[in-house]
Amino acid sequence: MMDAPKIVTTRPLLIARNVSKAYGDVQALSDVSATVYPGEVLGIVGESGSGKSTFLRSLNLEETPDTGSYTLDLPDVQGNLFDLDRYARRMLCATKIGIVYQNPHLGLLMKHSSSGNVAERLLVAGERRFSVLRDKARDALDASEFPLERMDAPPIELSGGMQQRVQLAKAIALEPALLLLDEPTTGLDVSVQALVLDTLKKLQQERKITMVIVSHDLGVIRTLSDRVMVMRRGKVVEQGLADQVFQDPQHAYTQQLVHAKL
Amino acid sequence: MSLKSLTKDWEPMSYGFLDASAKREIRRKTLKAIAVPGCQMPYASREVPMARGWGTGGLQVSCTLINPKTTVKVIDQGADDSVNAASIRRFLARVSGAPTTTDTLKADLIQSRHRIPEEVLREDQILVLQVPNPEPLRPVQPNMSIARQMHADADYGRMWLQLYEQIVRSGRVMQGASYPSLVHGRFVMTPSPIPRWDVPKMHMAKHLTILSAGREKRIHAVPPFTRVEPLVFDDVPYRVEEHGDLTCTRSGAKGYFMNEIPQPDGTSTYEVSDSELGVKTIRSSEGETIDIGQTWYQNGEMAQ
Repeated sequence: MMDAPKIVTTRPLLIARNVSKAYGDVQALSDVSATVYPGEVLGIVGESGSGKSTFLRSLNLEETPDTGSYTLDLPDVQGNLFDLDRYARRMLCATKIGIVYQNPHLGLLMKHSSSGNVAERLLVAGERRFSVLRDKARDALDASEFPLERMDAPPIELSGGMQQRVQLAKAIALEPALLLLDEPTTGLDVSVQALVLDTLKKLQQERKITMVIVSHDLGVIRTLSDRVMVMRRGKVVEQGLADQVFQDPQHAYTQQLVHAKL
Repeated sequence: MSLKSLTKDWEPMSYGFLDASAKREIRRKTLKAIAVPGCQMPYASREVPMARGWGTGGLQVSCTLINPKTTVKVIDQGADDSVNAASIRRFLARVSGAPTTTDTLKADLIQSRHRIPEEVLREDQILVLQVPNPEPLRPVQPNMSIARQMHADADYGRMWLQLYEQIVRSGRVMQGASYPSLVHGRFVMTPSPIPRWDVPKMHMAKHLTILSAGREKRIHAVPPFTRVEPLVFDDVPYRVEEHGDLTCTRSGAKGYFMNEIPQPDGTSTYEVSDSELGVKTIRSSEGETIDIGQTWYQNGEMAQ
């Protein structure tokens, strides 16, 4: 008789529960919950103003929601992260969470060198050896498929696609437990978009980085995500496995989105 | 009881120029600055009969500390005889009746623009440095509210980033003056724009240093025997100006910080920046018995 297969359970890396946030009369988020397992990519899709970026900024602890909880299953990280003070948030984000913004101006020092932008993240985490900073910045830029001969050029002299690669290198320099991507390919032309997506895919496969990606572009979400969360007017209207959501959308809004894309 | 009995007689000017409440505030803020080394304390910088940016911060501290027995020395980039130094020295003497000197060893209070004298200062001496820009984070964070949060969090990564950028672009640290330094392991300060040569003089010094910015309305201090460590990478050593081999053309002094004097033929000559040390060296070489104190540097090397 064959032995029963051994079952290994995995704990979620990220659990967000009932996250709500209002800006005056505008309810940006209403009871949004999400769970992400290690090595998984969660795609969040929705129209402009649906609250997806607010939710992502909350996960990066840039926003403090009115209600809700957020935990990360990491050593030395305990309790509801929304309750952390500014200093603890800064240190957690500097070492455990990486983010790539839609607008590179938010994530980069445009007049510093590209390698310096990556080194900044290492400096915040306490690295004080110049040679190590240099080596690690080179490695991260290389992993992001950035041309190393331009590693000391300031981002302001680079194209949009290159700027996104510098942001990506900065985000992965410390091998974060969680990588957040806010519309990483928006504003790029289709060929550059494809290159950035390829890099993201490669990174995810090689390093098994847990990612949360926000986009209004269904193609981007479909290419990268294992699971998909559809948001509208601050609420989650549907979530499930990527294939399931795209092939058999249940909610009318998701159907509308999928068909609009097709 | 009449109103006259409750008030002081009218005087044309307060002692030390500043009124008592202004001096009280500056003393209070100075004490706070000494209690938290390197932390910038805001104060209500008063008007003094001098334009902002010409040493009004240092002058207010000097006016607050001075008394008729204080011997005052004022230097401007090492020189006792510059117009600015001479004017401030004369002003302090006039408003306080205090004696003045150019000899570092005889001074109780030294107000300085951008230099620390070459002779080692004692426990009983106070150095007041004039500061144009007290905020070290301003070049990397123009928003002062955020800069203050960064100080609170000891978030100084971007200060190192500045040094990183200089090494990447120029192959070495280019910060010649205002070298960012960590005071007592906590706050990063801009030590006036004193040259790199002078920064090690502040480390565990016996004297009290008060740094005051009149235009920016900030006082910070380095109390005696406090660690002042320039920010450096672990594998890139801190380097001071290579003036050890230069000789002063006027005095023959060697091994000190020099001013470069360009010549019409394209060459340069050098003069010792601490003018009083130059004068002492000349007088000593002419056979006079002169008391030259121990110097921080010997033959261009910082004495241990």
